[in-house]
Amino acid sequence: MAEVIKAATRDGYGDALLELGKTNDKVVVMDADLAGATKTGVFKKAYPDKFFNAGIAEGNLMGVAAGLSLSGYTVFASSFAMFAAGRAFEQVRNSIGYPHLNVKVAATHAGISVGEDGASHQCCEDIALMRTIPGMVIINPADDVEAKAATIAASEYDGPVYLRFGRLAVPRIFDQNTYKFEWGKGKKIRDGIDVTIVATGLMVNEALTAAEMLEVEGVSARVINIHTIKPLDKDIIMEAAYETGAIVTAEEHNVIGGLGGAVSELVCEKFPVPVLKVGVNDTFGRSGPAKELLGIYGLDCKHIAEKAKQAIAFKIVPQIKN
Amino acid sequence: MELDLKRQLQINACKARMGVIEGTFSAQSGHPGGSLSITDVLTYLYFVEMNVNPQEPKWENRDRFVLSKGHTAPALYSVLALRGFFSFEEIKTLRKSDSMLQGHPSMHMTPGIDMSTGSLGQGISVAVGMALGAKLANKDYRVYTALGDGEIQEGQVWEAAMFASAKGLDNLVAVIDNNNLQIDGTLEEVNSPYPIPEKFEAFGWNVIKIDGHDFDSIDSAFKDAKQIKGKPTAIIAKSVKGKGVSFMENNGSWHGKATNSEQYEQAMNELKNTLSELEA
Repeated sequence: MAEVIKAATRDGYGDALLELGKTNDKVVVMDADLAGATKTGVFKKAYPDKFFNAGIAEGNLMGVAAGLSLSGYTVFASSFAMFAAGRAFEQVRNSIGYPHLNVKVAATHAGISVGEDGASHQCCEDIALMRTIPGMVIINPADDVEAKAATIAASEYDGPVYLRFGRLAVPRIFDQNTYKFEWGKGKKIRDGIDVTIVATGLMVNEALTAAEMLEVEGVSARVINIHTIKPLDKDIIMEAAYETGAIVTAEEHNVIGGLGGAVSELVCEKFPVPVLKVGVNDTFGRSGPAKELLGIYGLDCKHIAEKAKQAIAFKIVPQIKN
Repeated sequence: MELDLKRQLQINACKARMGVIEGTFSAQSGHPGGSLSITDVLTYLYFVEMNVNPQEPKWENRDRFVLSKGHTAPALYSVLALRGFFSFEEIKTLRKSDSMLQGHPSMHMTPGIDMSTGSLGQGISVAVGMALGAKLANKDYRVYTALGDGEIQEGQVWEAAMFASAKGLDNLVAVIDNNNLQIDGTLEEVNSPYPIPEKFEAFGWNVIKIDGHDFDSIDSAFKDAKQIKGKPTAIIAKSVKGKGVSFMENNGSWHGKATNSEQYEQAMNELKNTLSELEA
């Protein structure tokens, strides 16, 4: 068995910035005193003239990024998710979202897997916050390969994007030689007919493991990777609803307002089937090793598999199948 | 400053003030007080200082202006209209649901608006980013922004002030419209930001104090600002809220309130008298 490569999605972000520094002279990067942690430091070292540190001032970071974009630059503005989407929410909303400016809010250290720093730094609200801003694109990659590709794709798109990256090194799922990022498209990465697991971020890998566990029990689970949470790939979700009749969403985010919310909103209106959510259950996190915390908060394959069986049990009407 | 030019600016400013009264009366809402206090500075910016082209509002090398005190959009709209960005008649559509003139500036709806603003404290950061962008691109356009004196209570203003001086943005000028009144009272009654010049100096800015209604004073400040290298300039403009309309002057209740018919007539008559005196 090939050795599993582990890397954090923030590493993929740093790799992409380094590449963009070479290929795109319009790319400018900003940070708020977290360049080492967010990996913008990689870009800073190679292209110091195109890097600006706002210091510990996230509101101003977003405003300056907006102003730079109005001077024709493609700006990546980074901080931790808590501060980029949380602290600076209104600046992102009014100075970037409302005028629809070409700023990529690239937030790292999202979710509970921040680990030991604890609840104050574990942002599980960012997807919900960013989803409510009209015209905001939200991308939450599953591994470093996807993170790199997503960052480069975001640089080619003219408009505001929220990029969500993690701190924790996670198993690489995709082959960097063949992976192709398709803007706004979900991807069926395992087929199945009894239930669909719609996952994002580090939960994609857990979903794949859950599907394997379910197979042993005779349950055929489809797995869909949603990297672009907004705009959501409606077709692939509805196809899953029609064909498998039950859905479980899996995300490292509050169960309120994130991927689970987005999928529920869609399915409820078009073709209601059970949608069960795996996520942080509307609670704050705590300090601890990331891996342990993911288990404590139910963000693992075991929990996904359980929810999948529940979702199947909730099917109350015959569903359309192939 | 040449007397003819000064007279012309005073005439334009008076017409812009009529636009403020006209627009807010028509909308039966809006912010006349702070619009009237910043009118002279905006008139000077668009008729003397700034290199802009009304026929090509998005011209790449234009000077930029960000109205950080976005609620005083009626003054900016009036000046932009007088400068030829759009018809002055548009002012009567202010704040109407089919109007290009939003309650607060919207860059994609109104020709000549360089940035959407309205949420206080944010515009200055964007102006700082524009000035940084000009430096990065080796462009020589300059960036101007206007803030309310109450607005500088927002912490973000000082984040931006710190950053602008740290980056040596001498292509940036921020005007602080110091009319000493905000919604809940005088600045001292609410939460004093004084002394303002010393604060900007402490943040590394070149500071110039002026009478915000005297075109000679405004003229020399902007000319001096251009000579300063290595630091941004803050122009602290002492002003009168409601300037030009007797019953609005220094009266905080006109911060966010439109005239009724009787008040509208009186205000317009006063401004018409001022205008005919200037044009005589």
